[in-house]
Amino acid sequence: MVLALLADIHANLEALQTCLAHARERGVERCAFLGDLVGYGADPGAVVDLVAAELARGAVAVKGNHDAAALGEKGYLNESAKAAAAWTGRMLTSAQRGFLDALPLIVRDDKVCYVHATANAPERWDYVDSPASAEKSVREAARPYTFSGHVHNQALFAQDPRGRMIAFDPQPGVAIPVRAHRQWLALAGSVGQPRDGNPSAAYAIVDLDQATITFHRVPYDNLAAAEKVRAAGLPEVLAYRLERGV
Amino acid sequence: MASLELAPGATIDGFVVGPVLHQGAMGKLFEVSGREAGFPMIMKVPLLGGASEAAETLLAFETEAMILPRLHGRHAPRFVAAGDVTAQPYLVIERIEGGSLDHLAFPLPSAEVQRIGAAVADALHEIHTQEVVHLDLKPDNVVMRPDGIAVLVDFALAHHRALPDLLAQEHRYAAGSAPYVSPEQVRGSRSDPRSDLFALGVMLYEMVTGQLPYGVPRTLSGMRDRLWRDPTPPIALVPGLAPELQEVILRCLEIDPDRRYQSAAQLAFDLRNPKQVKLTARSRKSLPIGALSQAVRWWRARDIIAALPDPGRADEPSAPVVMVAVDTLHPDDPRQPDLQLATRRILSLSREFRLVCVAVVPAVVGGPAPEKDAQVEHRIRLRHWLAPLAIEPERVSMHVLEAPDAGTAIVDFGRRNNVDLIVLGAPGPDERALAWWRSVASTVTANAACSVHVVRRFRRPSSPGSSTPPPSA
Repeated sequence: MVLALLADIHANLEALQTCLAHARERGVERCAFLGDLVGYGADPGAVVDLVAAELARGAVAVKGNHDAAALGEKGYLNESAKAAAAWTGRMLTSAQRGFLDALPLIVRDDKVCYVHATANAPERWDYVDSPASAEKSVREAARPYTFSGHVHNQALFAQDPRGRMIAFDPQPGVAIPVRAHRQWLALAGSVGQPRDGNPSAAYAIVDLDQATITFHRVPYDNLAAAEKVRAAGLPEVLAYRLERGV
Repeated sequence: MASLELAPGATIDGFVVGPVLHQGAMGKLFEVSGREAGFPMIMKVPLLGGASEAAETLLAFETEAMILPRLHGRHAPRFVAAGDVTAQPYLVIERIEGGSLDHLAFPLPSAEVQRIGAAVADALHEIHTQEVVHLDLKPDNVVMRPDGIAVLVDFALAHHRALPDLLAQEHRYAAGSAPYVSPEQVRGSRSDPRSDLFALGVMLYEMVTGQLPYGVPRTLSGMRDRLWRDPTPPIALVPGLAPELQEVILRCLEIDPDRRYQSAAQLAFDLRNPKQVKLTARSRKSLPIGALSQAVRWWRARDIIAALPDPGRADEPSAPVVMVAVDTLHPDDPRQPDLQLATRRILSLSREFRLVCVAVVPAVVGGPAPEKDAQVEHRIRLRHWLAPLAIEPERVSMHVLEAPDAGTAIVDFGRRNNVDLIVLGAPGPDERALAWWRSVASTVTANAACSVHVVRRFRRPSSPGSSTPPPSA
């Protein structure tokens, strides 16, 4: 099974379409949407419809904090995120809102745990930003693989024989062996709002049979996506972030 | 995860296990056949059952199984297959014909040490350019092929920049072999290619003197000694040793990686061209260091070690060997300033370059030997050409090659010396008088093993009515 890990799309249709096409060219059979389908970007409705269509074809999806915020859930968000969440809520149809509302916080299958933030407390929206937080998450996930988003950077954590996690900063395009006899936690990066200075969309492909993970960075029409954010009247900073990848 | 007891005669995944070649604490080596690889093979099987270090042995096995398939070239054993870690871990790789260096009787003559040392440095350069640091370099882990190429074996403790480092937290286990390990490895660093140059320095010292510069420490604090203890200068043990060789060895053994060679290619270059080694105070040390200066060094070392980058955060050293081919037969050629300007710009891009200036003097095969003065004359012209660039002498070397064909001579010299970039001039499309240069540039561009930067004359816009002066040839 070859799986695409798509996190933090944030209503960026251009980035999502580009990543899906890139993934299909590489033989991806199933998509995993790791939360924050909406919030920040200009195309929440189209992105939700696209994800719903993938779900009908066997994809898996979990809820993120921005998806919850668009439905009115209170939580900490900065000013521009709050404005985007309110705007997003108004743009979605009731069917789209119903789809988001029905998303689970965490999904486990045979080998994999999918969760937007952490498996130990998915509803708290904590960040996996250290080996210690990764260790807590994989312990609760109780699967060889935990795939998450929320942190917009790509990262891979590997478990050592004492159960401690080792952090690794992956290079795009390198197939990294991830044998299932130890636990791994991958942060897929953000499809729709990368913040590491590189505006290219970020996602990852996992080959569960070959036991490899490959992180990807894919250039897309980020300037068009930024223009749509401006045209929608969303905060200017959200357009700027897409242009610069910050 | 208890591994089966693989024994001679057993078959696994199409391989037929042959006789045991070696049995160590970590595992067994078998001869193996059954699959056609086109070369002789061995099977490495880690011993995992019950040993207190089983976890580390497994990590080391996985590390080698991840890294070897990614290495190409003749400086590492070729990878054939790896067995599943959860069923029967094994690794089938090329069997290298030839003996490992630990079978040699040290000390060796200087010329032999330089030949072997340069071959090992070539091998290190090859794996470093493939993003791998060996981290366990020692005579046991170097095998010389019959044609003189050095092969690095045992990548169990190695580090690959593009792969997660499973040994990152195994500081004690993964620190390499005590006599050869670099100061920064003792501190837990596992990503600096210059650590391998320290280990090669220990090997050069051992090959030249027959002794280990820091002995065989048995404890971690014994290993930390090298953070502050100066080894006895090799000349004190081998009277008459060339100061150039001592300079090279002690430079490899600097505590601060910034004061060592910045690339294996630069070290290989100095071992092959000892006459070009710039001598410093290192070459003049002749007595073991006194107690007072030892204390001074200890204080200094504390600062250096404290300032070393965090393990895993070392900047990638960028230390290219740049070769510029200078047409000393035509010192007044109008494109010389353009070549100087291009060279200056290229060097300004890296902190730790090595510049190799080459002139080629035509030699007729079978003809009379060129006048001895020609060497001197062209060397003077090279020095004159270099002067405006104002480069520190230790970064530059000059070579006058005598060859019938300049293009081939430049290509061969570049390849032998691991040159990263060749810079040379070429005629413009309308400069037919310089057809000879055109052929050199095209030969080099077509055949060089590295990148080639071709410099044409900067065409200044001419005012209306004026004609371009004919090129002087």
